[in-house]
Amino acid sequence: MLRARIAGHALALVATVLLGGFLSATLVRLAPGFDADERQLDPHLNAESLQALRTARQHDHNVWRFYFTYMNRAVHGDLGTSLALGQPVRTLLGDRAPLTLRLLTVGLALAWLAALSLALTAAWLRLSAYDAVTTMVSGAFLCIPAAVLALLSVLWNVPGSLAIALIVFPPTYRYTRNLLAKSYSQPYIITARAKGLGEARILFWHAVPAVAPQLLAVAGVSVSMAIGATIPVEALCGLAGVGQLAWQAALARDLPLLVNITILVTVVTLLANCGADVIGHMVRGQES
Amino acid sequence: MNLWRKLACAVLAGVLCASAAANWLAPAGYARQYREAANAPPSRAHWLGTDEIGRDRFARVLYGTRISLLLAPAAALLSTLMAALIGGLAGYLGGLWARMATAVTDLFLSLPWLFLLITARALMPLNVSPLFSVTVTFLLLGLLGWTTAARVLCATAGSLRSADFVRQARAAGVSGQRLFWIHVLPNLRPVLYAQFWISIPVFILSEANLGILGLGVAEPLPSWGSLLKELEGLVSVGDEPWKFVPLILLVAVVMSFQFLLSGQDQVTA
Amino acid sequence: MRSVMRVRRVCRRAIAVTLLCLGSLTGRAVAQGGGELRFCLRMEPKTFDPLKVEDEASAAIRYLTGGVLVRVNRQTQKLEPELAQSWKVSKDGRMITFRLRSGIYFSDGMSFSAQDVAYTVQQLMDPALHSATGDAFRSGTGNVETKVISPTQISITFPAPVAGLDRLFDQVAILSEHSPRKEMAVLGPFMLADYKPGASVLLQRNPNYWKTDEQGRKLPYLDSIRLDIQANRDVELLRLKRGELDLINSLDSEYFDKLEAASPQLVHDAGPSLDSEQLWFNEVAKAPIPAYKKNWFRSATFRRAISEAINREDLSRVVYHGHAQPALGPFSPANKFWFNSKLKPQAYSPDAALKSLQSDGFRLENGVLKDKDGNEVVFSIITNAGSKTRERMAVLIQDDLQKIGIHVNVVTLDFPSLIERMAQTFDYEAIILGLTNVDLDPNGEMNVWLSSSENHQWNPQQKAPETSWEAEIDRLMRVQASSTDLKQRKQAFDRVQEIVVEEEPFIFLINKNALSAVSTTVHGGAPVILSPQTFWNAERLTVSR
Repeated sequence: MLRARIAGHALALVATVLLGGFLSATLVRLAPGFDADERQLDPHLNAESLQALRTARQHDHNVWRFYFTYMNRAVHGDLGTSLALGQPVRTLLGDRAPLTLRLLTVGLALAWLAALSLALTAAWLRLSAYDAVTTMVSGAFLCIPAAVLALLSVLWNVPGSLAIALIVFPPTYRYTRNLLAKSYSQPYIITARAKGLGEARILFWHAVPAVAPQLLAVAGVSVSMAIGATIPVEALCGLAGVGQLAWQAALARDLPLLVNITILVTVVTLLANCGADVIGHMVRGQES
Repeated sequence: MNLWRKLACAVLAGVLCASAAANWLAPAGYARQYREAANAPPSRAHWLGTDEIGRDRFARVLYGTRISLLLAPAAALLSTLMAALIGGLAGYLGGLWARMATAVTDLFLSLPWLFLLITARALMPLNVSPLFSVTVTFLLLGLLGWTTAARVLCATAGSLRSADFVRQARAAGVSGQRLFWIHVLPNLRPVLYAQFWISIPVFILSEANLGILGLGVAEPLPSWGSLLKELEGLVSVGDEPWKFVPLILLVAVVMSFQFLLSGQDQVTA
Repeated sequence: MRSVMRVRRVCRRAIAVTLLCLGSLTGRAVAQGGGELRFCLRMEPKTFDPLKVEDEASAAIRYLTGGVLVRVNRQTQKLEPELAQSWKVSKDGRMITFRLRSGIYFSDGMSFSAQDVAYTVQQLMDPALHSATGDAFRSGTGNVETKVISPTQISITFPAPVAGLDRLFDQVAILSEHSPRKEMAVLGPFMLADYKPGASVLLQRNPNYWKTDEQGRKLPYLDSIRLDIQANRDVELLRLKRGELDLINSLDSEYFDKLEAASPQLVHDAGPSLDSEQLWFNEVAKAPIPAYKKNWFRSATFRRAISEAINREDLSRVVYHGHAQPALGPFSPANKFWFNSKLKPQAYSPDAALKSLQSDGFRLENGVLKDKDGNEVVFSIITNAGSKTRERMAVLIQDDLQKIGIHVNVVTLDFPSLIERMAQTFDYEAIILGLTNVDLDPNGEMNVWLSSSENHQWNPQQKAPETSWEAEIDRLMRVQASSTDLKQRKQAFDRVQEIVVEEEPFIFLINKNALSAVSTTVHGGAPVILSPQTFWNAERLTVSR
C-alpha cells in the first residue's frame, strides 16, 4: 500500500516537474521585455552590432523548440548556458546550491524551533496574556519587510539564516497555534482531562498527534516560504546563493537559468510536500 | 467579550475613524509637497515629519490607511475563500481530486509568478488611475496567495473525512454538499483564520514590492507598504524613530485582527 | 561541447592558481607594503576580455588590469603617453603612428612589441566582434590596416577618418599575441588573481608592470585590490562605515548627506559630472498612442512649454540634496572644451509656459488643461524602478505640471519592460532616463543624434529626417565626424547644442555631481569627475590600517 503510494507520488512528481519547467519557460517568454537587452542602449554600438544582439536572442523565441532542445540536452547532463553570465548553468547552480541549502536548513530549523516551542507552551499554559505577547511578537515580525530584516542581519552581523527564520516563523507559529487550539477544543481532550490525565500527556499524546498531518503540511509549505525568502536575504546579505542568482536571472530574462531554477524549486517543493503527505498518511494510518 | 477583544475593536475602530476623517485631521493632503522642508523631523505643522520630497507623513499614513485597510483584507478574504474551495473541497472529496489539487498547488508554489505580474502590467494601459492600479494589484495578490493555506486545508479536510462526526452525519443521511458546507467547512476555521490573518500584512508588504514592476499604488497615492519601504534606508533610521510609526500602526492593526479572529477558538484557563 | 567547457574551466582554475602562486612569490619578493584596497562592484563582471567590455564592472577591471597605449588623465582630462612614448595622427585623420616603449613584459613574462598591438587591433576590428570599443573606431566600411614598422613602431590606417582617434585608444587594452594565457596576460598595474562568481574578484599587483614613480620605486604601491560584488547601496554604505570597505566609487546624494553628517572627512563632491538626466516624449509616427497626443509631443512649442514649467532648481535641491545642477543642454559644463558656454540656463516660469501653450490652442478650464479639440492633457511618464532619484524627479515634475493643469501619471517599470516599450513597441508617452557619458568627445554620441540611428531615442530609425532641424543636426554631426580641425568640430557641435536647446527633443533636467567616499586609510586619493572617479590613480594609492 505504502509502496504503491510512493510510486504514485514519484510519477506525479516527474510529470509536475516537467510541466513546471515548460510553464515557467512560457511565462518568461510571453512576458514583455524578453527580447530587450540593456546593451541596446549603448550609443557606441553600430547598426550591425545591434542586429547581431537581436539575432542572438532569436533562437529562444519558440518555447516548444527551446524546451525540447533543453530536455534533450538535460538528459545528457548539459543544463544550458546562462545568457546574462555566460557560464554553464550546471556550474552556476553547483557552486551556489550548497550555500542556499545550508541557509534553508538552518533557517527552517530555527523557525520551527521557535514556532513549536512557543505554540506548545501556549497550548499548555493557556494564558491569555501569554497568547497576547506571542501574537505581538509574531505579528511584529510578520509586519517587518523582508528587506528590512535582511538589512538588520547585516547591521547586527548575524547570519542570513536568522533573517530567513524570522520571516518563516510568524506564519508557522500562527498555523501551529491555531491547529493546536482547535485540537484542544475537541471533546475527547475534555474527557481525558476529566479522567485525570496530566497536561503533558494530553499535549504530546493526544493533542499534537491529532493534528500531526496538518502540522506536517505546514512544514511542507514552510519550505516554500523559506525558498521565497532566500531571494531578498541573499541579495542583501551578499550571499552568492541560488536566490541571488534567481533574482539576477529574472531581471535579465535569462531563460535557460530561470527554467533550471524553476525545476530545482519545483523538485524541492514537491519533495517537501509529498514527504509531508506520506508521513502524514503513515501517522494517520497508525492512529486508526 | 473579553478585554483583549474589546481593545482590538477599539484600535480598529480608532484607525478606521482616523482614516475616514483624514480630510479634517490632515487638511494639507497627501500629495502637497513642502519642498523647503523635505525630510523634516516632526513639528507642529507636520506631526510625523515630511518624506524625502516634502510630503506630510501623517497625512500619508491616514490616507494610506484607507487604501491598505480596505483592500488588503478584501484580498485576504479572496485568497482564503479560494484556498477553502480548492484545498478544502479537494481534500474532502479525496482520491483523484485531492491528488490533482495538491499537484496544482505545488506547481503554483514553484512557478515564477513575477512574469505573470509583469505581463499583467503590460496589459494595463499606462494611464490608469492610481486606485485602479492598486485594486488590480490586490486582486492579483488574492488570486495568487491561496496556495499556502490550500495545502494545509487539503490535509485538514482529508483527516476530517474520517472523523466521527462526519461519519455520523453521513450515516444520518446528510448529503455531500450540505455535509461540506455545514459540517466540514466550519472545522477548517483555524486554518482559514490563520490564512486570513497572515495574508493581510503579507499583501500590504507585497503591494509595495510590486511597485518595481509598475503595479501597486501609483504616485502620489500612499499606501502602508510604500510607507514601510522607507524603513529600507535603515542605516540612519535609528536617528529618525518617527519613521517607525507606520510599522507600529500595522502591528497594532494586525494584532487587533488576530484577537478578533481568535475569540471563539481560544481556550482560556 | 561539454568536455570543451570542462577543459576551459580546468584551464581557468589552473591559470588562476598559477597566477596566484606567481603573484605571491614575486609579490613577496618586491613587497611594497601598500596594502589591500577594498571596494564594491555593483554587479557581476560579464567578461574579462578587454575587447568585449560593455558594462561598468568589466570596465573597472579592464581599467585596473589593462595596459593601454595612451591614457586620458582623469584629473587633467589631457591625453598622456602610456605604453606609447609618442604618437602622431595624420592630417586626414585616417592613420595613427605609435612609437612604443621597449623592454616591457606582460604579467606572464612574454615580451611586448608592436606585433601585440597589431594583433589587438586586428582582433578589435574583426567584424564578428560587435563590441562597443571596436564600433567606436568604425567610421566607415573597409578593412583596417596595421603596419609593424619595427618592434617599437606601428602605424594603423582606417578606411575613413575617425574623429578623436588618439583618445579612443584609452579604451583599448593590449592583448598578447603569443601568450598561452590569452587575455589573462596583462600589461596593467594589476592582474586577476581570483574570481568567486557572485561574491568577489581579487586583483594582485602585476610584478612585471613597467611603470616606476619619480623616485624610481616600482608601481603599483598596492599589493592587491579586492572587489566585492554588492548591488545594495545601503549595505555598501554600512560596510564603509564599519571599515570593511575603503571607498565607494559613486555615492548617491542621500547617502552623501548621511555620511557627511557622521564623518565629513570621508565624502567628496567633485562638482558637476558629465552625466545628465532627461525627459523626452515619444515622437514616433507609428507609435500606438492616440493621434492627438502625437500632435502634442511633436510640437516644439509644447515641449518647450513643458521644459519651462519644470522647476530644475527644486529637482537639484530636493531630489539630489543640492548635489546636482540644472542642466543647460546636452553636454555638462564639466566638459570644458565641448560645452557651448553661450547657452543660457533654462528659465522656470509656469506662467510663460501656460502662455505659450495657450498660443498653441490649449486652454485652462477649471484647473484642467485642454487642447484645441477639447482633449484633457493627460500623459504618463515611465522610468525605471530601482532608481529612487528618477522616481522622485517624476513625482516633482508631476506636481510642477499639475500647476498648469496637466495631469501626469507616473509609472515605474522594470528595465527590460522599459527598454521594450522604448525601443521596440514604442508604447509609451514620456520617459525619464539618464545618459552616463563615458567620453568627452561628442563623436561617441553620434548614434544618438543621427536621425537614422536606432539610438535616436525620441524617433529612431528615420528613413529620411522628418524635420528640418533633425536634418541640420545630421549634417552637423557628419561634419564633426569627418573633420580633423578641432575648431571646426567645436563650431559644428556648438550649433548642435543650440538646436537641441531650441527644439527640446530631450528636455535635459539636471547634471549630477560626482560624489564619492574615500576612507581615511587610503592615501593619495583624489576623486575626480571622470570615471573611474576614485581609483583612476590606483597605481599610486596606498592603504594603511
